[in-house]
Amino acid sequence: MGTISLNKVRKAFGDAVIIPGADLEIKNGEFVVFVGPSGCGKSTLLRLIAGLEDMTSGEIKIDGNDVTDTPPSGRGLAMVFQSYALYPHMTVRNNIAFPLKMAKMPQAEIDQKVNHAAQTLNLNDYLERRPGQLSGGQRQRVAIGRAIVRNPKAFLFDEPLSNLDAALRVNMRIFIMQLHKDLGSTSIYVTHDQVEAMTMADRIVVLNKGHIEQVGSPLELYNKPDSLFVAGFIGSPKMNFVENDTIGIRPEHIEISEKRGEWQGKVLLSEHLGSDTFLHIDAGARGRLTVRASGENTFAPGTNVWMTPDKSRMHYFGKDGRTIRK
Amino acid sequence: MATKQAQALGKWALAPSVAVLAAWSFVPLALTLYFAFLRYNLQDPDNTGWAGFSNFYYFFKDPYFLKDLANTLLLVGGIIITTVVGGVFLALLLDQPFWGRGIVRLLMISPFFIMPTVSSLVWKNLLMHPVFGLFAGIQKYFGAQEAIDWFGRYPLLSVGIIVSWQWLPYAALILLTALQSLDEEQKDAAAMDGAPAISFFRYIILPHLSRPITVVILIETIFLLNIFAEIKVTSVGGFAGNLTYLVFSQLNDATDVGMAAAGGLVAVVLANIVSVFLVRIVGKNLEA
Repeated sequence: MGTISLNKVRKAFGDAVIIPGADLEIKNGEFVVFVGPSGCGKSTLLRLIAGLEDMTSGEIKIDGNDVTDTPPSGRGLAMVFQSYALYPHMTVRNNIAFPLKMAKMPQAEIDQKVNHAAQTLNLNDYLERRPGQLSGGQRQRVAIGRAIVRNPKAFLFDEPLSNLDAALRVNMRIFIMQLHKDLGSTSIYVTHDQVEAMTMADRIVVLNKGHIEQVGSPLELYNKPDSLFVAGFIGSPKMNFVENDTIGIRPEHIEISEKRGEWQGKVLLSEHLGSDTFLHIDAGARGRLTVRASGENTFAPGTNVWMTPDKSRMHYFGKDGRTIRK
Repeated sequence: MATKQAQALGKWALAPSVAVLAAWSFVPLALTLYFAFLRYNLQDPDNTGWAGFSNFYYFFKDPYFLKDLANTLLLVGGIIITTVVGGVFLALLLDQPFWGRGIVRLLMISPFFIMPTVSSLVWKNLLMHPVFGLFAGIQKYFGAQEAIDWFGRYPLLSVGIIVSWQWLPYAALILLTALQSLDEEQKDAAAMDGAPAISFFRYIILPHLSRPITVVILIETIFLLNIFAEIKVTSVGGFAGNLTYLVFSQLNDATDVGMAAAGGLVAVVLANIVSVFLVRIVGKNLEA
């Protein structure tokens, strides 16, 4: 089991309010991603749930039990850190076994659990090595191993992939998703990378300056953002905003033609990704727009083009930055 | 540094300091070596010429030699244990956030800046003196008839206490800086893993400190083999003298330059033996 509920969770350092008051319900087995720009409070929120920071006020419940005053180790959660936070002087085996040893589990049971975790994580050949002798990806797997042996109610991931190179990041992303599918445990995953959020999450929690801006499935956020901030943060490349930020349209929802359309513009440069081409277009008074065209499109810089936005996919925002639904 | 020109330039640039270093350390060593094999006693100026190994022979036969050798090792070992254990605890305390921590840390280092002769005088006359000393005062306040005569009854322990007091802050500060470099996320991970304070100290902090502890031990050994001022100033050389003191007394009291030089060489060899052992035992911590 692993339901987590936050009730008016507030964190402030003196006058500096990091999280003004967060309410959130996380269901058992859910993969929830906290996403937002750096400094939005997503890591702080995770650390509050972990118990590594004290709340200023509010209440956190895990499986219905109030854990507000419970120390981190008593909450039944496991955490995977950005720097892996392995113990450098212990072998991989001892690193993974450490939480079990601290829980005073019998040695035979520890060995069995560590071996099982090593099997799952493909770490059998490295058990007697030190973390310093491993690559970044291997270290991250050890950190995950240390988390899964405890059989926690929920996993907390604090930007676990940001120290890895791009290719490894994609592999580890898939690995973590597969692991979540196999174990079925509740997971909270913090990242600033909206691609990770979109691809991994059952539900995304978008944070901005400590506020929860919107909670929803990846496609809900993509299709129906509640605010200008969410609209701009989710989706890559970014949504285009025109008419003084009152109208938003995604690059993939604009049709482009050399002959006719609603908005006129001039191609500044094009990014060829093979499958798609992203055109950066100077649209005069409307500013600079990004438009997705098919991969075969070869508009040379300087070409005059016409663009037609898909009216049904346009987003309208009020002066306060909230979405106006029509 | 990789090109040939840079290497040649490097050699020329280094030459002056190498020359100075050679003059500073090699010449005295060569002279000591020379004196050690001479008959050279200031009270017997007519008796000159080569002495062979007799200076060494008589240095080893000196009634104080074995005792002073033991004192040397006891002082080095005892002070290292005291300062490292005490230093670890002080470092842990100073790592806690408390009001006035900056000033306390500054005060901590001050014993290290006081000249050994000065601090020895203070300890001798103001603290450990059996009549006027603070310790005697405290003892009498609690009803003791007669205060402990520290230097008379426990000369070696007294010297050990004084020198430990000087070196404790050094160990504490080195270990404190090491403590502060302990990764925050590792502390968090240990908290998540449910490590209670004792286990956290044993499995996380102590291994993290093993390298700085090694450095402290090696550096302290080098200096502690040469304790002199504390023994001389407190006038306990006859009871708590070490090899350095024995060399001094050969020169000063017996005015035998040849024997003193021989003793100096013996001390150098001893220092090397001790450091080789130490590096063997604790030096492996410096690898990896």
